[in-house]
Amino acid sequence: MIDALEIGDDCLVLSQRLCQWVTRAPTLEEDVALANLALDLLGQARLLLSRAGDEDDLAYLREPAQFRNCLLVEQPNGDFAHTIVRHLLYSDFLFDLYDRHPGDDVAAKGVKEIAYHRDYARLWILRLGLGTDESHRRTTAALEALWPFTGELSQPSPFVLDVLREASLAVPDVAQREGGRRGEHTEHLAPLLAELQVLHRAHPGARW
Amino acid sequence: MVTFQDLIDADERVEPRDDMPEAYRTTLIRQIAQHAHSEIIGMQPEGSWITRAPSLKRKAILLAKVQDEAGHGLYLYGAAETLGVAREELLDALHDGRQRYSSIFNYPTPTWADMGAIGWLVDGAAIVNQVPLCRCSYGPYARAMVRICKEESFHQRQGYELLHTLAHGTPEQKSMAQDAVDRWWWPSLMMFGPPDTESTHSAQSMAWKIKRHSNDDLRQRFVDMCVPQAEILGLTLPDPDLRWNAGRGHYDFGEIDWGEFKRVLAGDGPMNRERMAHRKSAHDEGAWVREAARAYAARSAR
Amino acid sequence: MRLWEVFVRPRRGLSHVHAGSLHAPDAELALRHARDLFTRRQEGVSIWVVPADQITASSPDDKESFFDPAADKPYRHPTFYELPEGVEHL
Repeated sequence: MIDALEIGDDCLVLSQRLCQWVTRAPTLEEDVALANLALDLLGQARLLLSRAGDEDDLAYLREPAQFRNCLLVEQPNGDFAHTIVRHLLYSDFLFDLYDRHPGDDVAAKGVKEIAYHRDYARLWILRLGLGTDESHRRTTAALEALWPFTGELSQPSPFVLDVLREASLAVPDVAQREGGRRGEHTEHLAPLLAELQVLHRAHPGARW
Repeated sequence: MVTFQDLIDADERVEPRDDMPEAYRTTLIRQIAQHAHSEIIGMQPEGSWITRAPSLKRKAILLAKVQDEAGHGLYLYGAAETLGVAREELLDALHDGRQRYSSIFNYPTPTWADMGAIGWLVDGAAIVNQVPLCRCSYGPYARAMVRICKEESFHQRQGYELLHTLAHGTPEQKSMAQDAVDRWWWPSLMMFGPPDTESTHSAQSMAWKIKRHSNDDLRQRFVDMCVPQAEILGLTLPDPDLRWNAGRGHYDFGEIDWGEFKRVLAGDGPMNRERMAHRKSAHDEGAWVREAARAYAARSAR
Repeated sequence: MRLWEVFVRPRRGLSHVHAGSLHAPDAELALRHARDLFTRRQEGVSIWVVPADQITASSPDDKESFFDPAADKPYRHPTFYELPEGVEHL
């Protein structure tokens, strides 16, 4: 069974992060691409949250400690390398999860979208890892910052390890963190939710 | 030998490698680039509300809409590039102020109702301007506009629906909607450009069939469409002189404050500096990514 | 960034048609950008991307010598031929 609240929250929070890129991407083509990833995830979040209750009540009226998303997706966008590394790691996890649940209708729809996301992240990891000294340095820093949050998910798959090797990026040796699934979040979630919820909460009971 | 003028006279399309007067080419580059820049800068006033949209459905709609605007900017840059100018040059010209974007995007978006007013009024005015451009004499521009107009039909509708929901919601929501309409009405009338008596490029552009209707004609068409739509919304348009003129068969409307138009155009609008600073910082922060991608492509080509 | 021309096959059974252009550093990203840019509303089932500088085009200067000679050969079209009354399926 896919946990509708855990994965729904993952998708919602990661989509919100990607929304923060809109108008800020490195190229205009990339602006369109990142918005597409955000739209896919938002769609999955809505389907999953609707299984757990009312999508808007769940998204807008819970406190941070009631969110069940993993810590990885709430990490800030940082630079483009951080966003791509986070996307590679999360889409790797979600692809495997969906792939193991072919009978679930959200997984069946989502697996196609996430396969694209994972491949897209792979293409960029190769370009950033092998591009310039600066892009290699930034991507290494992003891996070191985000790798600690993979312990809470299933371990990165051979797919990720192969991509990193091909991009001449080392797997970091860092301590793991967890807690998101129990509602114990990093300091980054509360401001993200404050922004997401501000208008909805200012007008209790209003229709939009 | 078929000349440029023969094509124009026969209402045929001019295509990229045809002979064309240099002034036709530069006029088109200026207009298409300004149009493209407007799509890109125009993402900002709405983009800042995606993360705060009050329902997940509205978030998805707004995100898809702002994404379309990036796409439309790209279609237009592509059309401009067929005239022998590179997108990088156009972006440089935007960034250092040699080329403009529509001054409507220099107004702020303080409330969620602005998403509705922009969709209904700003996109509505844009559509009135753009539909005739689908028959523009320059083929690539006309084709880009066909695609854009097709995609944009949902932009105006979602704005109208959003405003309608607010106007029929709580008293706070209704006053938010009215306030947004009050602020966007006059700037959206200015989107059609200066009055025909003062428009510098109009006559030549009409002769070249880049433009098909005068600024004032399009503005009138827009006003005539909006008045009944505002009535159905239950909102007031902020113009005491607005009334039906049976003799003309059109609505009369009040004097536009062209002084404000010129001030905003000259860079003194409320948001000019913010919009340009935001755009430039995105471009500058992305430089290392573009550089990495170029280096990777060069390495793979070897 | 390199300029790419994009061709989209709208449905099975139809040819790829020029859709527009975009910028990308390489072919793999060009293909993905083309997907995001030109098939957001299910406009396609297959995409080609071609570096713009790899296309050889006929010149408008050659238009007359290239294309006008076809104009006086009506016998290439079935409407050129008169059929006797009553002939069907021809």
